Order: sequence, then C-alpha cells, then structure tokens
Amino acid sequence: MTGTVINIDRVVKRFGTFTALHEVSLDIAENEFFTLLGPSGCGKTTLLRCIAGFEPVSGGQIRLHGEDIAPLPPFKRPVNTVFQHYALFPHMTVLENVMFGLQRLGWSVVDAEGRAKQALELVHLSQFLKRRPGQLSGGQQQRVALARALAPEPKVLLLDEPLSALDLKLRQAVRMELKQIQRETGIAFVFVTHDQEEALTMSDRIAVMSDGHVQQIGAPREIYEAPVNRFVADFIGETNLIEVPVLGIADGMAEVSLPGGRALRCPTPLNRAVGQGVLSLRPERIDLCPASEADLTVIATDQVYLGTDIQLKAQLAGGQEMTVRLQNAQATRLPERGAEVGLKLEAGAARLLSA
Amino acid sequence: MKQLDLRRFPGFFAITLLCVVVLYAPLLVVSVYSFNASTSITSWGGASLAWYVDVFTGPESPKFQRAAMNSLIIAVLAGICATLIATSAAVAMHRAGRFRGKTATFALINLPLMVPEVVTAVASLIFFTAIGFSGGIGTILLAHITFCIPFAYLPIAARMQSVPDSYEQAAMDLYATPWEAFRLILLPLMMPGIFSGFLLAFIISLDDFLITNFVKGAGVETLPTAIFGAVKQGIKPNIMAISTLMLAVSVVFVTLSWLIGRSGQAKKTE
Repeated sequence: MTGTVINIDRVVKRFGTFTALHEVSLDIAENEFFTLLGPSGCGKTTLLRCIAGFEPVSGGQIRLHGEDIAPLPPFKRPVNTVFQHYALFPHMTVLENVMFGLQRLGWSVVDAEGRAKQALELVHLSQFLKRRPGQLSGGQQQRVALARALAPEPKVLLLDEPLSALDLKLRQAVRMELKQIQRETGIAFVFVTHDQEEALTMSDRIAVMSDGHVQQIGAPREIYEAPVNRFVADFIGETNLIEVPVLGIADGMAEVSLPGGRALRCPTPLNRAVGQGVLSLRPERIDLCPASEADLTVIATDQVYLGTDIQLKAQLAGGQEMTVRLQNAQATRLPERGAEVGLKLEAGAARLLSA
Repeated sequence: MKQLDLRRFPGFFAITLLCVVVLYAPLLVVSVYSFNASTSITSWGGASLAWYVDVFTGPESPKFQRAAMNSLIIAVLAGICATLIATSAAVAMHRAGRFRGKTATFALINLPLMVPEVVTAVASLIFFTAIGFSGGIGTILLAHITFCIPFAYLPIAARMQSVPDSYEQAAMDLYATPWEAFRLILLPLMMPGIFSGFLLAFIISLDDFLITNFVKGAGVETLPTAIFGAVKQGIKPNIMAISTLMLAVSVVFVTLSWLIGRSGQAKKTE
C-alpha cells in the first residue's frame, strides 16, 4: 500500500443554511485513480472545489502529504483541475495555455515551452501548438485542458466531469486513455462523475456520495457486488429491491424468507437482527428455471430487446415489478407474456440491506 | 403558428417614413447645405467646399480650433477616467459576489442616464460654486467624467457578463495570483468591452452641450458651446460644415464602438 496523498478529515461545507458536505472523511492514495460518484447535488463537485481551493471549507481539514491546505488560496495549492467546460483561455494559443501554469511558477520561457510540449505530446496534440482553443474540436479541447493541468506535475489532478461535454463514442475512447495517462504519469487523479459506468471502468476506488455524505468507499467490484446500503445498490447498476422478513443474521450471512415462502441465505453488511430488510437482487444473476426448483415465481409482463441481452419484466404475486436480464443466447426459451415463470437466484445475486 | 409580420400592419410604411423623415431630414439638410456655395442657408447656390475651407482658415477659425482642441482634450481625458472607473465598477459588480447594497450600487452607477440632464447641469453648477471651484476645463472635465461613467459601464459590464468566472478560477488553479488572473486573463478578455465603453464615453463627452454650458465658466468654450455661441449671432453655413464634421466623427466612433462590441460577441459564440 502506497502512502496517502490527500486526507480529507471531517470536512463540512455549508452554503447559508444548506449543508453540502456533512463531515466527509476519506483518504486518497498516491498513484490512485479515485472517483467521486453520485447524483447531481450530492456534494461531489463541492468536495472537489474544496480540494482545489475554490470553496473555503466550513469545518474540518484537507491534508496534502500531512499538511493542512484548507487555509491556502487555490494558487498556493499544488493541485490542478480539469474543468467541466475546460475553461481554456480563448485569447491564448494551445501552447500558451499549457505554459501558463509553469510560467506562474517561475519557469523560464524555454523550460516552460519544453515541458508544455511534452505534456501536449502525452495527449497526442503536438500538431496544434499554435491554434486557438476555439479552432479545436471538443475532444481536442479536453486534451488541451488535461495537458494544461498535468504540465506543472501536480500532486493531485482534479477532474470535474471532464467527459460530460463529449459525445458517447468519444467518451468511451477517452476513458481508456485517461486511465492510461494516469498510470503513465503516476499522479493521483480525483475524478468527479455522475456516470456509474465511467466510474466502474476507470477507477481504482470509488466513493459513492449522496446528500453530502459518503455512502461507501471501495473498489468498483466491491461497490457493485457488496453495496453497504440500499442507495449504493440502487445507484450502481440495476437492481431489484424487494422487502423481505429477516429470519436471522450471523457472521455476515442473513437468512430471509422470500416471497412465496422459500428461505434464502445471502450475504449482508448488517450485523444485528432486524425484522424487515431489503433484498437487492441483481437482474443478471437471475436465471429462468422449472417451477419446481424456483426460488421465486413471477408472471412475465414484457420483454425489452437490448442487443446482447434481453430484459424480462415480470411481476411478483404481490404486484411488485422485477427485472431479469438474460443473455441473448438463451432467447429460445423466453416465456410468453402472462406466463408463470420460475426464477433461480444464482450465487451472488442476493444481498440483504437495511430497509 | 404564423409569425407576426409587422410589415403587413396597415400604416406601417407611412409611420416608418414619418419617423425617419422627422429624425433624419434635419441632419440631411444640414449636411447637404454645408456644401452650399452660397452664403444663404436656405437657397442652393451650387456645390462647393468653400465652407469647409472657411472652417479651417476663415476669420472664425482660431476660435473654433481652440474650442475643438478643448473638446478633444476633455473627451479623451473624461473617456479614459470614466472607463477606468466603469471597469473597476464592473469588476466589483460581477466578480465580488453578492454584497449589501449591490442593487443600490447598480442604480447609482446608471442613475445619470435617467436624471434629466438639465438637473445634473444645475446641480453640478451649484456644487462647484459651493465648494469654490471656478468654471474652466477642470470643472467641465469633472462633470464629463461623472456623466460618462454609465455610458462606459454598460458595454464593459455586458462584455464581462459573457466571460465566465471559470477562466479566472482556471488561472488561479494554475498558480496565478488574483492580480495575475485579472491582468493576464480577465482584462484581455474584457478588452473589446472596455474599448467600446471608452469610445462611447468619448463621443458622449465630445457632443455634450447642456452640462458643459452650465459649468464651463466664462471664456472657456468646447466645440458645441462655441457653435451655440456662433448660432446666436445668426446661422452661417460654416456652422453647418462644423456640424457635419462632428456628425461624421460621431458616426465613425459609434460604429467603431458597435463593431468592436460585436466582434467580442461573435468570438464568444464560436
């Protein structure tokens, strides 16, 4: 485990009477691709702006290599930002934009130019040095913004939804490239996004946020497969949330009673017995089966063709909607609308969360 | 829905024509008659540049040249000072966040546009008399700076609103101090607005008669007051030539101001 580069310690941010961040604490390791993920208004951008220094914190500390940087103005913090709309200086050329930070740090023009060219090479933009930002495409502008923020070799690079202004195809290509650049430079990236797919594909670790609280921090796989609460389970990927009575909890395993009466053992983050819980069922871990072996029995209501998958919509006896994802290869044995269908829960399908 | 076509309204053409004639016919007459060879101001005696020659070499030319020089000096200085003040005001209004009395400040900056000019003129005269300033270039300059501020402010503030503050944030993120962020980023981006504001203030100052006439004191003339003084002794065609020249200068400056303001807008939307 490498050292911690940024230590966010009980940071509070209030705007008037509204509290945007409630004692948020998290550590970001050196050389890590760390993502702040959450719906809009969850406080992720506010936290990023607190790290950059654009928002003064109302409480708590932000430590960079152990030193509290919360009282420092943005221009004294060795962190750089890639802005959502890039904020490239329109009256400067690409090269001047990238040299800007280095020159403010006191680099000579010759040295700054050399370093800026290296940074532009890293993002494959060496041929556009003399262009103005307005003459570049959105994707190229995004690379300039990245080069500009990387050139001064910050301790941490902050990225504020930098892909949201790009179209889908480009966004997917840039994801891999960003990840690669992060590995090459070895700089810790703090990436803000509301796009869970972006977060899952790029991050070493993700902090899921909502309402100014960090809900869970973990590797993408951990967040997806072992969500700690209902919000995380619902926000990351698709899931079916079903209220069930809990029979018992011991050693991280719960025993619940499924609708229809079958008992099921599944993992849970809870450690105390609760009367009622919410069962999260991942749609892709559910399969069709004969009624005799079924964990759940449903009535098929609709199917949606998704290319690689087919999404089966169904209803439990109580009227609750369920979604099942089947690989297209199994399409031959799809039930008719209105037919009774048996569902088998595969390993890892279910997880009990607090109601 | 079909778009409302104003041109199909009954009487549209007649009303438009009336407005255009009332507004511009006098200007047209003055401009045309400034090229009149005759000394009469009502009968046409053939085309000539005689009155333009008279403006620069005739018996009244020293008086008008002195007045023109005064006007120019005052307009340049008033334009510069008003632009500086207006720029500071725009920065405060658009970058200092919310502060107490922001609306009141905005109203105060723009009040001179609403106050009847004669009221400002009388008030300025009373003020200068009360504090013991005698009329002259100095009082004219002070008065001009004051009423030029809103004219300079409007294009500058408009330009500044179109510059998102993320540019300065990006600059500060890249180790620029607030002053460097202003000087290297915000100021260059505001420049079209500032220049446009200066030109507008300059031309407003150059053209002002009423306030100038109240505060100028004896013996000091600007071009408009000199023209007015000359007209009182009877309108000669040389006045028309001077007026036409001023009109030309005004048109050039206002057009420049508009073009510069527009070029800034075009850049923003690209």
